Amino acid sequence: MSLTDTLLDGNKHSFRPETLTPMQKLTLKYVIFSTIYYAFAVIEGMLMRINQVDPQGLLYPKRYFAMLTAHPLVGIFGASYLMVFGAFTFLLPFLLKKPLWSFKVAHWTLWLIVVGVFTFWFDGFLTHYAPLYTLYWPLPADFDQFEPVGGAIFIAGIALVMAGTLLFVLQVFKTLTYTPAGREKEPVGRLLGDALGLSTLWRVVRLRGLKSEQEHLVSLPVAAITRGTVDVALNAGIILFSGVLILTYMVAEIFGTSLKTTAIDALLYKNWYWWGLDLVADGLVLVFVAGTWYLLASLITGREVFMARWARFALGLELVVSWTVWSHHLLSDQAQPAMLKVGSGEMVTAFELITQGLAFFITLATLWQARPLKMTNELKFLIGGLLGFALAVPAGIMQADAGLNRILHNTQWIVGPHVHVAILVGLTMTLYSAVYVLLPILTNGAELWSQKLANVHFWCHLVGGIGMGAFMGMAGLQGMMRRTIYYDGEFRPYMILAAVSGALLAVALLAFLTNVVMTLGLRGAVGVFTRSDLPVDDLVPARAES
Amino acid sequence: MVDSNTVLWGQTLMYTAYCLAIIAVISWFALRVTRPVDQAPPVNPKLFYSFVAFLVVLGVSLHLITYNTIPWVKDDLHATPVAAENTFALTVADHEFQLPSERIDVPCDELVKFSVTSEDLTYGFGLFRSNDSMVTQMQVVPGHANDLVWTFEKNGLYSIRSTEYSGPKGFEMVVPNAVSVTGCDKDDPATDQLAAQGAAR
Repeated sequence: MSLTDTLLDGNKHSFRPETLTPMQKLTLKYVIFSTIYYAFAVIEGMLMRINQVDPQGLLYPKRYFAMLTAHPLVGIFGASYLMVFGAFTFLLPFLLKKPLWSFKVAHWTLWLIVVGVFTFWFDGFLTHYAPLYTLYWPLPADFDQFEPVGGAIFIAGIALVMAGTLLFVLQVFKTLTYTPAGREKEPVGRLLGDALGLSTLWRVVRLRGLKSEQEHLVSLPVAAITRGTVDVALNAGIILFSGVLILTYMVAEIFGTSLKTTAIDALLYKNWYWWGLDLVADGLVLVFVAGTWYLLASLITGREVFMARWARFALGLELVVSWTVWSHHLLSDQAQPAMLKVGSGEMVTAFELITQGLAFFITLATLWQARPLKMTNELKFLIGGLLGFALAVPAGIMQADAGLNRILHNTQWIVGPHVHVAILVGLTMTLYSAVYVLLPILTNGAELWSQKLANVHFWCHLVGGIGMGAFMGMAGLQGMMRRTIYYDGEFRPYMILAAVSGALLAVALLAFLTNVVMTLGLRGAVGVFTRSDLPVDDLVPARAES
Repeated sequence: MVDSNTVLWGQTLMYTAYCLAIIAVISWFALRVTRPVDQAPPVNPKLFYSFVAFLVVLGVSLHLITYNTIPWVKDDLHATPVAAENTFALTVADHEFQLPSERIDVPCDELVKFSVTSEDLTYGFGLFRSNDSMVTQMQVVPGHANDLVWTFEKNGLYSIRSTEYSGPKGFEMVVPNAVSVTGCDKDDPATDQLAAQGAAR
């Protein structure tokens, strides 16, 4: 096949969208939109990296900070949420061996998030609403700096994302507990108790020890999905509540009434808001990632997860930890009680070293016991993801220390070795591993166009992600703050090296996109958006399943 | 004499050593996991339990070590009282710091308190050396007392910078050479000195 033919029809014409089930097409749509939004985040990231090397006239401060506001939100909601929700929407019925509760709700989730992300991104681009994702009170309602109409549209976009998110939550719990037509009634209470770990907890309280895997009603990955979804729900509730609060101030301002911002206690708000945000960063991300590692390890090896009962226990522990960990974000807030700083901020946070360390060890041990393994794309990206969290979690534990936080808080250290290494290397490489596993399943066996490009994708992403985090971290240790602009080249050598590393990440994305487009073909990619006539309850075509 | 520079160098060395070690371990794992073996023996659960114990010890000991070695932690957590003459009150409003005097003169080896009040937004208060490295910082939250206690042990001139984002105007919140420390035996090599600046004038 010529290159043009491959570009139009895919590698060896092996991808035929007309053979896909509605569920396969829906999941591929999630993957496509997630990748598009990831590309948004990478392009924005590169523009800001260039600005950190040498501030550009094009990125004047208002535009720069508007981009800085949109960047993490597009990355988390647009790229990560869509990829995770899409993958779990497909995997949950696969693991539970019953159809998804509602295909229509899954479609609504997708489109609400896609439209919501575009709404706040485009609004930020036009109106420069820039309170950052932290929204420290009363900045989001500071109408000396921001237009209330622009802010209201931005918050409405976030609200759409949260509405889609809550529909995903509903989908997960309904799919877990509903009984498909013609089947024996599912034991709802026992299923929920098992998935959430309550039955295990009750057993531990009665000193009966941990259950064996055979005694559980739901598999380990399903338990991870369910437990992580609890944090998804709580976080969506907090963000929606805060959004309504901010919107109230904006709507009043639009109608000519300025509400007093001092009516809200800024420190209480900060505690409340970080409690909610940490349900993402220190909650669902870690629980979902651990669950995905276990699933990938068992799929790659074909074996049960090593010490599975402890893996389940760690998932339950992580859920509780995520509810009590927020105060590490307030170690530099002097009015925050010392008891909260030490208890929640230091000690509970240190538990993340244990829970994530357990998941890390269990996954490696599962792989190790199944030696020799072939170094497939899914295995190498999984190992990359494990390395990412092995680097990023200890960095987080260090900054969650009362002594070190005094000189690390809000520096480039936080956002480099911790945040970007966790998200880009840890989370994204884990998600890429899942994509490489799911690609042949979702495409009915389409053959990857180029293994060389997959290797370029892996190495550029790994080296770029770690390199960028490392150079940002070095600048942070020298005093470079995040969320600011340096006009006198104070940290330029570090920023040049971070920008080169960022460029490697962009090359990695380009390699991945090229490979996927050449695998599916442009006609194939368009075909994903056409209607499937196959039964909506089938995950894969009946013939392929048999 | 432990100051923020010493702590940061210690952290840089420790974390770099850890990163190199974990990258080496994972690389070794990736190479070995594909190497042919007749039958891979099961991983001994004792190794797992030892690893868990190691993580527990590591997580707790980090805070115990910093509590006992980093000098500002105890003063900070125990809210150690400070003499009234060593308390410096600052206010922040409309993205500007208002200092009690043109330059804040701080005595050496005495516990001093920076009491910063915000009249509108959430800001940050950070002290920086001439080479842009950080001495210390805190958040400045409106409606609350924001008190930072500190002991300076080296002579130097330090700049104030807001260390929290407060909107697009916030990055300009820098007051150069706002705090002067004199009377110590040693100079902070990373800062300008008051005497040197006076000579330059």
